[in-house]
Amino acid sequence: MFYREAGDFKTSYTDDNQTFPIKFDRYRYYVVLTVAFGIIPFLINDYWANAFLLPFLIYSIAAIGLNILTGYCGQVSLGTGGFMAVGAYACYKLMTAFPDVNIFFHVIAAGGITAIVCTAFGLPSLRIKGFYLAVATLAAQFFLVWLFNKVSWFYNYSASGQINAPERTVFGVPVTGANTEAWATYLFCLVFLAISAIIARNLTRGMQGRKWMAIRDMDIAAEIIGVNPLRAKLSAFAVSGFFIGISGALFFAVYLGAAEAGDSFGIQKSFLVLFMIIIGGLGSIFGSFAGAAFLVLLPVALKLVGVDFLGWPTDIVAHIQLIIVGALIIIFLIAEPHGIAQLWRVAKEKLRLWPFPH
Amino acid sequence: MLDSTDSYVTDDGRTIGGVVMEMKNITLRFGGVVAIKDISFDIREGEIRAIIGPNGAGKSSMLNVISGFYVPQEGQVMFHGKPRPQMKPYEVAQQGIARTFQNIALFEGMTVLDNVMTGRLNKMSSGLFAQAIWRGKAEQEEIENREKAEKIIDFLEIQHIRKTPVARLPYGLKKRVELARALVSEPSILLLDEPMAGMNVEEKEDMSRFILDVNDEFGATIALIEHDMGVVMDLSDRVVVMDYGKKIGDGTPNDIRNNQAVIDAYLGVAHD
Repeated sequence: MFYREAGDFKTSYTDDNQTFPIKFDRYRYYVVLTVAFGIIPFLINDYWANAFLLPFLIYSIAAIGLNILTGYCGQVSLGTGGFMAVGAYACYKLMTAFPDVNIFFHVIAAGGITAIVCTAFGLPSLRIKGFYLAVATLAAQFFLVWLFNKVSWFYNYSASGQINAPERTVFGVPVTGANTEAWATYLFCLVFLAISAIIARNLTRGMQGRKWMAIRDMDIAAEIIGVNPLRAKLSAFAVSGFFIGISGALFFAVYLGAAEAGDSFGIQKSFLVLFMIIIGGLGSIFGSFAGAAFLVLLPVALKLVGVDFLGWPTDIVAHIQLIIVGALIIIFLIAEPHGIAQLWRVAKEKLRLWPFPH
Repeated sequence: MLDSTDSYVTDDGRTIGGVVMEMKNITLRFGGVVAIKDISFDIREGEIRAIIGPNGAGKSSMLNVISGFYVPQEGQVMFHGKPRPQMKPYEVAQQGIARTFQNIALFEGMTVLDNVMTGRLNKMSSGLFAQAIWRGKAEQEEIENREKAEKIIDFLEIQHIRKTPVARLPYGLKKRVELARALVSEPSILLLDEPMAGMNVEEKEDMSRFILDVNDEFGATIALIEHDMGVVMDLSDRVVVMDYGKKIGDGTPNDIRNNQAVIDAYLGVAHD
């Protein structure tokens, strides 16, 4: 009954190549954008910004980055936490070294630096695949965290070994430091997320995305029809690193304010982002959003239900959360490897015919 | 005897040009096993060249040598009259040699259209940044190449499944999509590894028609491996016969039919 595509004919390839070829979906996208940019900033408060919205926006960027590498190009990475740390420390060094430059450019430059580091750690992917590559990226994770703890130049020789984000403003409004307002930090992260998502979508619907997916699906055939595996894999590492670096920079500068590599960007972070894309959907931009929203909302929802409503002790709720996430990973891997994004697609397909059987 | 630059006209009126690719004394070994032993033959422009032989004769190895996947220990591959230096398979593809596989090698997670479009990748040159903003050259290239891809999709009659993920298609259609992906790159030589393996008579007839049409309309040079003798004799202009890595026959289908060595290889020979 839900004829989204009825009467919506394409007369040119430009129309057919759009991000949202169906009119209904396109309008829904504009509505989401309007709400995100025009309505939420007026309703936002500190609790919702810190508990849900900021982590959701920032993890979505990281999930998009990892999804390009793992979901689209098929290269498993367990180094996300380490690469986010690169973004964070790069942003910190840039913020303190060039205080006059707008933080917007610091975050983008941090992404660029992470892209270079990520490409370097992607070099083993030319020789090894699958689990073995995962172990190689795991080495990156531990090495990078060790490096940022060990070399005091990275945290400007501060006594605590932490990095602290100084106050920086965009158009006179502080977005980092102690005196930020929820709507400003939210909008700052939202701008990055929107741009990241559009870039990721453009890359994955064009030839670059096809090369990545060709490598993922059958690398030998891809090479025989003309894909240069070296360039395809390394470009995936670079683009992925760029997004992950941006998310790391935002996570440190806007969300945390102060960070220490081992605590904030440990191996748990790598797994968290990996779980987001597995639950959300490998090889889907929407899945990156869905997975990030799910895993950020889950603790908030559990706390509301378990601690505030049922009155359980906090530690038990925290453990229940671990059990639920673990169980969900197994269920998704067995029942729906393409995650929430696939469930969404199936639901749309079913709704087309509902309530008729054919 | 024809010279390497001569051209001639076949009985059905097609013009066969000069030699595009020549294999010179190719020998390929895997450790102690000699897969191909001192084989020479050539492929002329616009012809359908079949490679036949019993199982294990080295046909697929030969195709892999042509597509750059295996590097022969001895001998040379001459392409357009020049010896081809040792190169990576993707560089061979960039030179205009496309192929299909005996066991279908499509990208299962992608739609038919994306699979076919992937075949155009050597014709597209816009960089990562242009593609990221999807403006100007990147968008224009996408449209131009989409038109080319759609032509091939029309030609091979797979319009109705263009947005279907390949993993959901039946075997016969997958073979056709693979042909489309190879064909869309406008190759100067098209290599088909058993295009009709595992098909029923009707599908074989369809595929034969497509191969003839591809040769006729696009003027594509085709080298194919096939086991079905009827198909090979009907389709091809010239046939190379291999057995145990050696060439035992080379010529028109009629020559091959009357070649004693070929008959012996296929039917066996009395040892008395």
